[in-house]
Amino acid sequence: MTERTPISTGSDWTFELIQDYDREIGRVAADFGLDTYPNQIEIISAEQMLDAYSSVGMPVGYNHWSYGKHFVSNEQHYRRGQMGLAYEIVINSNPCIAYLMEENTMTMQALVIAHACYGHNSFFKGNYLFRTWTDASSIIDYLVFAKNYIMKCEERYGVNEVEAILDSCHALMNYGVDRYKRPYPISAEEEKQRQREREEYLQKQVNELWKTIPQLGDKEDHLDVRRFPEEPQENLLYFIEKNAPLLESWQREVVRIVRKIAQYFYPQRQTQVMNEGWATFWHYTLLNKLYEEGKVTDGFMLEFLQSHTSVVYQPPFDSRFYSGINPYALGFNMMSDIRRICENPTKEDKKWFPDIAGSNWQETLKFAMQNFKDESFVQQFMSPKIIRDFKFFSILDDDKERDLHITAIHDDPGYRDIREALSKQYNLSMNEPNIQVYNVNVRGDRSITLRHVRHNRRPLETESAEEVLKHLHRLWKFDVILESVQDNTVMDTIKCGPNGIEKKSTEKDEEEEELSLIQRV
Amino acid sequence: MSYIVDRRLNGKNKSTVNRQRFLHRYRKHIKKAVDEAVTKRSITDLDSGESISIPRRDISEPFFHHGKGGKREMVHPGNKEFVTGDHIQRPQGGGGGGGSGEGDASDSGEGIDDFVFQISQDEFLDFLFEDLELPNLVKRQLQGIESFKYVRAGVVNEGNPAKINVVRSMRQATSRRIALTASSRRRLREAEEKLAALQEQDPVLRDKRKEEELELEIAKLRRRINKIPFVDTIDLRYNLHLKQPKPTSKAVMFCLMDVSGSMNQAMKDMAKRFFILLYMFLKRNYEKIEVVFIRHHTSAKEVDEEEFFYSRETGGTIVSSALKMMRDIMKDRYPADEWNIYGAQASDGDNWNDDSPTCREILIKDILPQVQYYSYIEINPRRHQALWREYETIEATVAHFAMQQISDPGDIYPVFRELFQRKETKRAS
Repeated sequence: MTERTPISTGSDWTFELIQDYDREIGRVAADFGLDTYPNQIEIISAEQMLDAYSSVGMPVGYNHWSYGKHFVSNEQHYRRGQMGLAYEIVINSNPCIAYLMEENTMTMQALVIAHACYGHNSFFKGNYLFRTWTDASSIIDYLVFAKNYIMKCEERYGVNEVEAILDSCHALMNYGVDRYKRPYPISAEEEKQRQREREEYLQKQVNELWKTIPQLGDKEDHLDVRRFPEEPQENLLYFIEKNAPLLESWQREVVRIVRKIAQYFYPQRQTQVMNEGWATFWHYTLLNKLYEEGKVTDGFMLEFLQSHTSVVYQPPFDSRFYSGINPYALGFNMMSDIRRICENPTKEDKKWFPDIAGSNWQETLKFAMQNFKDESFVQQFMSPKIIRDFKFFSILDDDKERDLHITAIHDDPGYRDIREALSKQYNLSMNEPNIQVYNVNVRGDRSITLRHVRHNRRPLETESAEEVLKHLHRLWKFDVILESVQDNTVMDTIKCGPNGIEKKSTEKDEEEEELSLIQRV
Repeated sequence: MSYIVDRRLNGKNKSTVNRQRFLHRYRKHIKKAVDEAVTKRSITDLDSGESISIPRRDISEPFFHHGKGGKREMVHPGNKEFVTGDHIQRPQGGGGGGGSGEGDASDSGEGIDDFVFQISQDEFLDFLFEDLELPNLVKRQLQGIESFKYVRAGVVNEGNPAKINVVRSMRQATSRRIALTASSRRRLREAEEKLAALQEQDPVLRDKRKEEELELEIAKLRRRINKIPFVDTIDLRYNLHLKQPKPTSKAVMFCLMDVSGSMNQAMKDMAKRFFILLYMFLKRNYEKIEVVFIRHHTSAKEVDEEEFFYSRETGGTIVSSALKMMRDIMKDRYPADEWNIYGAQASDGDNWNDDSPTCREILIKDILPQVQYYSYIEINPRRHQALWREYETIEATVAHFAMQQISDPGDIYPVFRELFQRKETKRAS
């Protein structure tokens, strides 16, 4: 062990010390080959942290009551001591912005620097989802553009008007992303320049689509049997932005803003386990390295380990504190496990992971970080050891059965099943109902039909689906129909017209269903 | 490379706008909660905020998600006793099952807890006094030029001629002249020195041509110096005066209460609540408020608050004594052009019959023309007496006079609201 020359001994931080720690951690990180954006470390107070929290981590956000709601409830919880504040918030931007709270001790600041400024930061820069879906260098500019644009709209059209549109867009926000298509990177400059052109162009396009005067009578059914859109569309907000018949151009722009922001956050929702696991793994590794070098004290390590262990604690399913799988715990353990498999593979590992057992752990880990999302990461890298350590088991809940079934546990025959099931659990497109734009009645009453394709017979939660439809109706302004489809038959139909919701469970009146099918064909 | 930025001094209230929008959106809920709170808690502790609870379902933002039913497989950690193929009973309801089956509680069904949050005292009072307005307050503020004053705010480059600051303008002009003529004057001095030197020489040796040249140059330089204007438009400096609102004018509130034998403590408490509400309301509109307590039975007396509410007296009632006293105090200490005067009178309605017409006269002649508002509450479950009838004739003719009857504590707040409700027609008069 080298002679101990700690950077600091007390628990109070100063700007000089933060700089020293950052330099040291940065040096070690570079030794490990972490590639990062430049860091911008901002020291903020607890109140500012609350603010940052409530705007879902966006450093600049447009105004909306729902952020106020988050703020009010966070504030309440914080004041009552029910909730500690997060140690950090980090923003996927270039330079990478990380917030440090002034109340933290020096140890916590160092932990956050290692976690956010080197862990998350390198993940943002390296992972393929972030690389292709977000543009770190322009996000701040875009958010500023969005804020100003919405502010201008509020001045021009009134706060309530804008709020209504935003409410509706927020309700559909999860359906404002392209899951499979790669988007163009967003850039604020371009955004501003093109915005006006786009307005005119869009309106023209929409007019083109709706040029036909609605006709009554059944003649047109024979004329046009093709559906519009020809293929179902998964990105509802995009579809609305481009095709909604009566939206004004500023409203289309607002739809676009919400859509773009949803797209920006989409990778984060898909890589929670990996992202947190990666950052936790690196703060652990980096700070331990500093300890080996004698740069930090024993007291520092004790405080650090204490908070590290509480972060990676996984309560069992029957615990009072259980609320699903802790992404920090799973991610950290999997990352550490990959390193173990590379460095000290067992017989089992060699059988399960012939490619990576005994390979260079830094390269393997980097490869895993760059090329996967939670779903595929679990599928590819979860070892039997992790399943045993976590004592995972899988439960099948089938409403046709009286009981719940245990389908697999942490034993030899169960490993693959557990891995498969857990991987699916992280598949966003399976967790969220699959709803797509199915048809628009271009020549008739201009109604839009969405289709929910049921997976494993899982129905929609009707009450909130109805609310969402009302929002969709506000944007589309003509009838909105949601069909819930199972095995190619329509099970439920919810229709939202000018007079509100009409429900129809078509299982009962099949005749009508047949009729409508015939009409459509 | 890292940049470290200290943001602590940046504004910390970035969420204020969003918070206000949230409050605005749910103002109906909040209003209801505030109204309930005010009837429940003693009015003396209006000095704190209130916790508001709104049903969570009213506040939720909808999104598409799965409902109950169908087939669903979930992986959980921490297995203790299960083996593959086990059947377990479906847990009842969402809670107790510890996650098995239900998964994370958040995505199936909404929680039943209310959404609870805190509003500050200011916000509480804002909601409490919402759409109440002190009559004539606006009128007075709009009329009163005296509510603004001009204060000096330094010297500026632009303004109107009436505000030229002569000293500063001349100083500017002088320095400009010095600056612009410096080089010419130096050369002039040199030329004059040379000329003088030449002229001192022996006449034989004098170089006439050179002297002429120098004289020409001296003349040229003098002309150039003289061409620099004495005062130029760019020199002008003006005094700047800013219009500053005077701290919102002062108000005085007269509390008049009957403490004769017929007023019991419960009645006094009710009167007190009314006065307190009035006081709090005034406090929100005026920077400075003074309160004058006048109690009366057969004679009136100015007292402090403690004595006003809690000391006991007996005897008959002559209301006009209090009104006379109010009139005199107004004349002595609170001239109407400096003070906004509010009067609030509480009584059980008993009065010497002969006295009631006097009361009316004093009110109409001396008091009502001077005050912003005068309110009378009668705390009396029984039928009205002479005083009420006299006052009724006033109410019919004077806009800023209001009267109400209160019979139990629950009436106070509604009465207060009614008294001060915006009455467009009334205000217009």
